[in-house]
Amino acid sequence: MNGPGVSASDEAATEAFLPPDQAAEPFAPSIDYSGKLLLTNGVTTIEGTSGGGIASWATLAGMEERGLGISAHATLVLLPDFTWQSHGVAASFGNRIELSYARQNFDTNDAGAALGLGEGYTFSQDVFGAKFRLLGDLVYGEPLLPQISLGVQHKRSRNDAVVAALGAAEAEGTDVYVSATKLLLSRSILANGTLRLTKANQNGLLGFGSAAHPDYGLQFEGSLAYQFSRRFALGAEYRSKPDNLGLGEDGWMDLFAAYAPTDFLTLTAAYADLGSIATFEEQRGAFLQAQIAF
Amino acid sequence: MLLLAAIPLLVLQQAPDPDVDWDAEFGVEAEIRDSITGELPVEPYDRSNANAGAAPFAGDSMAAHFNGQPGIRRVVDRLVDLNLADPRIAAIFAGHDTVRLRRTLFEQFCYILNAGCDYTGRDMRASHDGLGSRKGDMNALVENLQAAMGEEGVPFAAQNRFLSKLAPMSGDVIER
Repeated sequence: MNGPGVSASDEAATEAFLPPDQAAEPFAPSIDYSGKLLLTNGVTTIEGTSGGGIASWATLAGMEERGLGISAHATLVLLPDFTWQSHGVAASFGNRIELSYARQNFDTNDAGAALGLGEGYTFSQDVFGAKFRLLGDLVYGEPLLPQISLGVQHKRSRNDAVVAALGAAEAEGTDVYVSATKLLLSRSILANGTLRLTKANQNGLLGFGSAAHPDYGLQFEGSLAYQFSRRFALGAEYRSKPDNLGLGEDGWMDLFAAYAPTDFLTLTAAYADLGSIATFEEQRGAFLQAQIAF
Repeated sequence: MLLLAAIPLLVLQQAPDPDVDWDAEFGVEAEIRDSITGELPVEPYDRSNANAGAAPFAGDSMAAHFNGQPGIRRVVDRLVDLNLADPRIAAIFAGHDTVRLRRTLFEQFCYILNAGCDYTGRDMRASHDGLGSRKGDMNALVENLQAAMGEEGVPFAAQNRFLSKLAPMSGDVIER
């Protein structure tokens, strides 16, 4: 039988040149694959968007380059005087737009009694996020052109009366941020910088702004991570915060390790230093997170 | 009854001549593989190392990480084998002259890794024209290349350094 383009006379001669795999399998079925590279969906932040844990990145949640990507996460931060718990979901489409939701619960444990709120008083808020990838690519394209995304996060405190009593001007607020993130393959380093306009007190858990500081301020988030293998990365982050309430609110930092035991699961463990929270100093502890993404 | 009536017609029907050369009937030009290289002919083009799409590394440390030309040859052959067996992207390679692909890909890797080769293939835009590759396809290929490099014992940091030379080519490779 004549294959297309190969005449019978030289078929015997060329057969020897053809690797057996090609000769045996003339055509393979095609599937519409559009998956991302491992870890390039980032680690869900405490605000529910794709990032590095405490800093938002320009990356988008989920493992899809073209279709619908979905992720869900649960986070626990164990501090000396408080316990932070958050969980949420995020969806992205075409690696272009991300929508996210997270619920944060901040348990004051014994500190609640000392603050006059009652033992185990829990601050909670809902965070609704949207992020749009403007340009660039995390991995490909120009080595010096990062992926750049614009995001908004609308936060609603569920403790209106208490945050007002603490001096917050508002119980809800909206952050706007722009992130630039690039995987510098030549150095195996992921670098991120984020500028954020916000008036959130302790991320919004203690409300937004105050009588003395009612306006938006510009804050910075920076991340550096080193990729040891396809599945494992170590990194550090810093995030500056306003001190609208005059409680001596500090910037946050963390050292994190992210590991992807399977293509769908990312486990993150970090040492987090959240500084002074509600006059309780040196809130340093463990940040633990599980994230599944498709 | 209708079926019975059809039987004589089926018997009378002439069987197609098995010896018809349909390629000739439809004017399909036969492409003849080179008797020495085993490659199919390609349209003429200017040969230049610039077609490799990246400047080579300085020094010989990257070539050493890949165990020289024999190691690069193993990585390329393994990469092509993995791609042909990978249901995600096999279809892109199925209609391809893999004899030529193995040679030109080896030359490209060897040139970029500064292991003592010249690249004689076409540039990245011309060689990927019409393949319809998407970013997901590129990701699948990167994973296969990582697997091939891993099997050769190339350290992960060196794998990424090599990928940093290939990643900027995405604009010429990805079409959709």
